[in-house]
Amino acid sequence: MRRPEPAPGRRRGTYVSPGATTGAEALDDRPRTSVDGTPWSPARAPEVQLRRGTDPMSTRATRPRRRAHARGRTGRTGRPVALPPRRVHAHRAPAPVTSWWRLALIRVIVLLTALLGLNYIVWRWLASVNWDSWWIAVPLVLAETFSLVDSLLFGLGAWRLRERGTAPPPDPEATVDVLVTTYDEPLDLVMRTARAAQRIRFPHATWILDDGDRPELRALAEAEGIGVVVRSSAWTADVPRHAKAGNLNNALMVTEGEFLLILDADQVPEPEILERTLGWFRDERVALVQTPQWFENTSESDPLGSQAPLFYGPIQQSKDGWNAAFFCGSNAILRREALMQLGVSRYVSEVTIAVHRAVRSSRRILDRALVAHRDEPRAVRALEEVSAALEELRGQVAEGEALADVTWAFQRRIDSVRRTLSDEDVAAMRADLAELAAMTDEPEALAAADEDAFAALGDADWSPLAAIESVSLLVSAFDVGREDEAQAIMPLATISVTEDMATSMRLHGLGWRSVYHDEVLAVGLAPEDLPTMLTQRLRWAQGTMQVLFRENPLLQRGMSWGQRLMYFSTMWSYLSGFAAVVYVAAPVLYLSFGVLPVEAFSLDFFARLVPFLVLNQLLFLVVAAGRPTWRGQQYSLALFPVWIRSVTTAFQNVYRGRSLGFAVTPKTRTTAHTRRWDLVRPQLVVMAALVVSLIVVGVRYAAGQAEGVAPLVNIAWVLFDLAVFSIVVRAVSYSGPPERGEEEA
Amino acid sequence: MIEFDVRQEEGGTVVAPRGRLTMVSARSFRETVTEVVERDGGTVVVDMSGTTFVDSSGLGALVACLKTARQAGGDLRIAAPTEQVTMVLGLTNLDRVLRPRDTVEEALVG
Repeated sequence: MRRPEPAPGRRRGTYVSPGATTGAEALDDRPRTSVDGTPWSPARAPEVQLRRGTDPMSTRATRPRRRAHARGRTGRTGRPVALPPRRVHAHRAPAPVTSWWRLALIRVIVLLTALLGLNYIVWRWLASVNWDSWWIAVPLVLAETFSLVDSLLFGLGAWRLRERGTAPPPDPEATVDVLVTTYDEPLDLVMRTARAAQRIRFPHATWILDDGDRPELRALAEAEGIGVVVRSSAWTADVPRHAKAGNLNNALMVTEGEFLLILDADQVPEPEILERTLGWFRDERVALVQTPQWFENTSESDPLGSQAPLFYGPIQQSKDGWNAAFFCGSNAILRREALMQLGVSRYVSEVTIAVHRAVRSSRRILDRALVAHRDEPRAVRALEEVSAALEELRGQVAEGEALADVTWAFQRRIDSVRRTLSDEDVAAMRADLAELAAMTDEPEALAAADEDAFAALGDADWSPLAAIESVSLLVSAFDVGREDEAQAIMPLATISVTEDMATSMRLHGLGWRSVYHDEVLAVGLAPEDLPTMLTQRLRWAQGTMQVLFRENPLLQRGMSWGQRLMYFSTMWSYLSGFAAVVYVAAPVLYLSFGVLPVEAFSLDFFARLVPFLVLNQLLFLVVAAGRPTWRGQQYSLALFPVWIRSVTTAFQNVYRGRSLGFAVTPKTRTTAHTRRWDLVRPQLVVMAALVVSLIVVGVRYAAGQAEGVAPLVNIAWVLFDLAVFSIVVRAVSYSGPPERGEEEA
Repeated sequence: MIEFDVRQEEGGTVVAPRGRLTMVSARSFRETVTEVVERDGGTVVVDMSGTTFVDSSGLGALVACLKTARQAGGDLRIAAPTEQVTMVLGLTNLDRVLRPRDTVEEALVG
């Protein structure tokens, strides 16, 4: 289950009525598939070369994709190894390199669309907001502005649309590890993928990264010569596991190929996948080659919107033009050296931040401790010595000395403070014991005063210095071993449930390049029911929002502005849920209550809006070049509750430390298919309101109260919204793709 | 940080330090015991069931208090030590001098 692309629709801006929303691109969810470690030797850190990435200027941002989670798939998962016939027309062959006339046409349309859009929105703000009904008029013009920005970002990407064609032949010397990640997917599903991975023609080693550490899977795999990696012993119960990112980080320490092909458990690769893609790495600045995710288990009409032909196509190609195509978690090849450089540089910067923060707060902590213990002369003396050690450390940090050396020297000084304190205690104790022995003639007392026996008292945990708790905390802040994590080096980002996007953004920030190779070279399984699909989309959206809140691409100085905007564009599209609410509410309010958010549906209005909408759709059509886009457009609007929830939950998670929440997590696709209307209640309410508003306006017409063009415009708008939302009904009723047998019969 | 309960029992005085007996609390422990010794004489039982942690200063204070008690003609016994205290006493061989008793009653008897 990889993540299909998300709501692919990212349509650009439709504005006002019709097309109302923009589409959210997909999101990924990197949820569960966690990895686990196997017992391998943990360490063996690959040598890391900090070679400078490449010129940072050339990178542009893209965004990653995600995968769905596999969990839900049991139903049909166990499918046999034979690949079912593909029923979906996948774009198999890479598109030819973009021709100059295609690019010129796109650029002309982009320019015109942008001009018309700006003209419209300026007029809307300055001359057409109905301030009497500001409570709906302002939200509407804001929603339209949101959509225009979305459209402009789409246009910016399309400006550099990059269809690459075929790759040069690979370097025959390249070494590759194929990593199949799994957590709890059925064994035959995993083995089907692993066997296909073994059959990949380019020389490579195949590994299953089994985060579930299942002995049966190990036995199956090893019998066929497939390696199994589980979490190393460093992943104790005390450190976070980081799901799939943790699984891959663990595996990076025990494998050694120059390149890593990453596959989710359901993504069955074609034998030529490496031959077709490795050639892109002849450019030594390339860190990532992403290929599409395509699903074999969808029906032609794809009611759940699993296929993302627009995302795995023009959208990634647009980002690619800005060097911002991003990692989508599976079906991608990564350069190990780039990942390790990323891991090391993150480690260094995190340690640096921790040390600086500790240095900054140390003065205050020590002053407070001095006040608290001012009656205890020994404590005061110890604190003064710790202060002196900190002063020295502060000076060395300011001079830019190596942090490892500085913190080591500091820790040794603290050790000597500890030792001095306990030595004093021991000396006093021995004197007392000697006196006791003399006084009472007890030989045990003297024997007890044995130097060796007291040695352990100087250890960190038992030393009197530990009595001053704030000092202990302070000292541990200068520990550069990162004891709160299983590995000091974590190449795959752990800040988000969508580690893929976060990781590629950081790679771009270091100056590495990425490639989007538009050829389906692996085929996976999409969610087959609504609950699973909704869970998956929510996770993708949440992950993307986590990245936005934690590492806003607009603020990442290592990336060019083009890259920043390309990453931002993906995140922006997920905000569409709020606009969707307005786009639905506005016509309903007008038809039902006569509330008019614009000054007038005048000629002025249509003269500005219609050309923009037409060009916007034209741009979309030209860029899509025949790929289906309607399903994506529908979902980008119809899943508005999911998008809104992703924003609010990710916000709570990042700023308030709340859990993301695992609402609907269907265990399996139930055999007796139950229709989960409850999962789409907001959409049903919206549809009811739309229908009611049509009835009301019908009554108003009958009563002679409605006339002119305004009701007609709004009726059309409502009908469009209903057409969009109708997909929800189909999705609830969907019971999975027909069994192969049935289909062929 | 630490509290001392002092109570008279038949056979001696019980001092119960509750909390961590460390560099920052050792002095007040010594002062408390010295006061008890001067006032009551006889046997002092240190009930360590509420003492979660001792460091070298805490151990030093126990030994110093033992000396004080003996010099005054009495004795000091420890009772019911917690796990960490038992371990540190064993590690330093101090349990041969300050043999811990399982209960306060036992310590009071001798």
